[in-house]
Amino acid sequence: MTITGEPLLDTAVVERTLAAALRSGGNFAEVFVEDRSSVGITLDDRKVEELSSGRERGAGVRVIVGDTTGYAHTADLSEQGLRRAAEAASAVARGSTATGAGQVVSLAERRSGAERAGGSVPADTSKEAKVELLRRADDAARSSGAAVSQVVAGYGDSRRRILVANSEGILATDDQVRTRFSVQAVASGDTGMQTGRHAIAATTGFELFDRESVEDSARKAATMAITKLSARPAPSGVVPVVLEKGSGGVLFHEACGHGLEADGILKGASVYAGRMGEVVASPKVTLVDDGTYGDEWGALAIDDEGHPAQHNVLIKDGVLTDYMWDYLRGRKTDGSSSGNGRRQSYAHVPMVRMTNTYIVAGEDDPEEIVAQTPYGVYVARLGGGQVDTTTGDFVFGMVEAYLIEDGHITEPLRDANLIGNGPDVLRKVDAVGWDFAMGGPGTCGKDGQGVPVGCGQPTLRVTGITVGGTAGA
Amino acid sequence: MPELIDIARRIAIAACGGEQVEAYASWTRDLHVRAYDGGIETLSSAETAGVGVRVIVGKRQGFAYVGSLEGDGPEEALAEARDNAGFASEDEHAAVAVPDGFEAVDLDLWRDELVNTPTEEKAALALELEKRARAADKRVRTVVEADYGDAAVEYAIVTSTGIEQSGRRTRCHIATEVIADDRRGDQTGFGYSMGRAPSDLDVEVAAGDAATRAVRMLGASKPKSASVTAVLDPRVTATLLSIVGSTLSGEEVAKGRSLFADRVGETVAHPDFRLVDDPTDVSAPAAARVDSEGLACRRNVLIEDGRLLGYLYDTRAGRLAGVPSTASAVRAGFKSTPGVGARALTLRPGDLDQAEIMRRVGNGLFVQSVKGVHSGVNAVSGDFSVGAEGLLIRDGAFAEPVRELTIASTIQRMLQHILFIGSDLEWLGGNASGLSLAIAEMSMGGI
Repeated sequence: MTITGEPLLDTAVVERTLAAALRSGGNFAEVFVEDRSSVGITLDDRKVEELSSGRERGAGVRVIVGDTTGYAHTADLSEQGLRRAAEAASAVARGSTATGAGQVVSLAERRSGAERAGGSVPADTSKEAKVELLRRADDAARSSGAAVSQVVAGYGDSRRRILVANSEGILATDDQVRTRFSVQAVASGDTGMQTGRHAIAATTGFELFDRESVEDSARKAATMAITKLSARPAPSGVVPVVLEKGSGGVLFHEACGHGLEADGILKGASVYAGRMGEVVASPKVTLVDDGTYGDEWGALAIDDEGHPAQHNVLIKDGVLTDYMWDYLRGRKTDGSSSGNGRRQSYAHVPMVRMTNTYIVAGEDDPEEIVAQTPYGVYVARLGGGQVDTTTGDFVFGMVEAYLIEDGHITEPLRDANLIGNGPDVLRKVDAVGWDFAMGGPGTCGKDGQGVPVGCGQPTLRVTGITVGGTAGA
Repeated sequence: MPELIDIARRIAIAACGGEQVEAYASWTRDLHVRAYDGGIETLSSAETAGVGVRVIVGKRQGFAYVGSLEGDGPEEALAEARDNAGFASEDEHAAVAVPDGFEAVDLDLWRDELVNTPTEEKAALALELEKRARAADKRVRTVVEADYGDAAVEYAIVTSTGIEQSGRRTRCHIATEVIADDRRGDQTGFGYSMGRAPSDLDVEVAAGDAATRAVRMLGASKPKSASVTAVLDPRVTATLLSIVGSTLSGEEVAKGRSLFADRVGETVAHPDFRLVDDPTDVSAPAAARVDSEGLACRRNVLIEDGRLLGYLYDTRAGRLAGVPSTASAVRAGFKSTPGVGARALTLRPGDLDQAEIMRRVGNGLFVQSVKGVHSGVNAVSGDFSVGAEGLLIRDGAFAEPVRELTIASTIQRMLQHILFIGSDLEWLGGNASGLSLAIAEMSMGGI
């Protein structure tokens, strides 16, 4: 089940499929071909419970007629199979009164995709080496303390070759390799059980582990679990919150990132609709979404519509400067894509998605930010979150947090959710550190599709967020 | 298309001596239509098929899948699964299911009507839903989404140990999200209706629910932090039951990762609390005749009169605990191995409807929806802290709406602090039914 380097589809077949898709009308047609292989290994309770691998190949055809999108996909990559998918997708065009049936622009000489610049592919590394990584992590976590009672370590890699072509002449390919390691430790004590987690991931091959240590990662997870055994309940109510660098970029992903996606904006389903050029955040806040960011988890050469990834400044010094766009939403406003058109797989319609979203480093001394906080919560790691883009209300979980008392980080706190309102939190950022780090890898879910994303931020303080603990604030 | 059962059989009989092989083949056809602004925004149709192969050789398990039923794809998956097994640890509990004497009950889960209804008629449902949601209340400003979705699934499971099962089911739903606006800010509401065929769907209910839920939140503010009695909306109760169900997985218990480990026989909940997982109840959306390892689904009582009776098991978790499988294997299609999970959790309903529970509670918080459940609930420690919105309850009736608040407790305390269990049982989208549930001493985090 090894993916070879041969072209995913012959260009002439792609052109004929696009032509078939537009035969009964339509303004735009697109073919997306994907060949994906993946490996997953879980070490649970010291055992490699399972090593699984999978292979999927298929193509999705999209036809746009006026404001209507038709989509169909197939695992049959023969010309016949593709034609059937094209006909199914174009069914929406039949009977449409939209004029100006699209023409397919010749695809020759428009190849714009990136070829892999060196780097290994998953098949280059033996399964033994991947398993060995997990055993090392397990040992490291267990030797971190006698309280560690359970360890689960996971390894996953994937190689995803894609080809995107459309009736406007784009023909682009990409070869995306992602590698991920995660570990969860459970510590048991008189107060019950607590968990700690850590993950390492990048858009790269197994060489990721030349620069990142799974032992360090495992020790961090174990230490987090052990520390939390003596945690006290988090406060309940509004308190100042300091986010350690790299701990909580997900806050901004939820609090404002989703609200800046053009699909929601165009439907008026975002608190940021119609506010371009306005002050929407503290002047200390500059927010960027950057698909070109190194080999971070959300990095890509091209998005899933064949558009090159871009560095997009969304909020500059507190002023809203741009939204994120895919092809369809760019087209509706006579603008262009910002390289944010992504999809989970060939079976999914692309939509506006984030890549790597982060707050740019500021000018405050990170240590002073804590020292000048008389009382509050210090967040060392956030878990996942969720947002209602229309109201801007969001939540996310603290998985490692401490109390700040008299400018010092003191006792660990039990897990609790934070709840806030996006625009409100952005205005309440009153200190932004000069340090910066990207956080752990994430999978962002939207409309049932999951895509890999990265988040990051410098140490920063929000003057008040509601903490959902059980102790009085 | 070749028959799924033939493909699964072809793979299972290829087991060599000393090997156990399980082949799970499935085929899904789904359709999704989204209406927006009086027209069809997206119409997406898909057909997915594949085979997942599990091989256990020398106590080692390997798995591989292929997203195709064509040609040698299934055989390649078998070869790959065999190779993968070589790298797994020896696990004396690893096993595929063996027939256990339970006869699978045939359930009515498939409707030809769904397959035969033309796409145009399904699209018309989405358009009608959008129209009704917009018209449901003059304060509805936008219908963000009005969707119709359906799926027809066929599957076959064959093992070298004598399991040979197949089944099929249809499901469909309509769902809409609206924004209400009365110049005090926007609020959203979500409504839906589900069934096995389009004629089961109730457009009026989905549209009305979405509008009501959005409109009654208009003018919501943040409440003062307090300890309150919370009355959970049936949808929120279903979410809570689903979490409780996940902590009753025999696998998590055996691995010391559940707050209910070692507590069988103890009183863990209010004496009126009876929690059952019964996938043979056809009204449950995830009802099934056999589980994902091919064993006949059956009714499992987990908590009776507040006392913990036991856990859910698949074959491996059962072997780990020294008990038989409860036929509770679930899997996310052909791409994953089976794991333990509930399909149809339900509480024994009480005698009181929601209005009566509110009257008896007097003052408290009605929780309309929660968010942040995956990040805010720890199944190991039991810590529970989620974002919420709803309405305050004063003098037994709905008072002002509140939002941007948290409710917190622990699962252990919540089950003990149940005051009233509602009579308003309804099946919802996931693996649990809902009803109104009143719980005392929840921490409401606000200002």
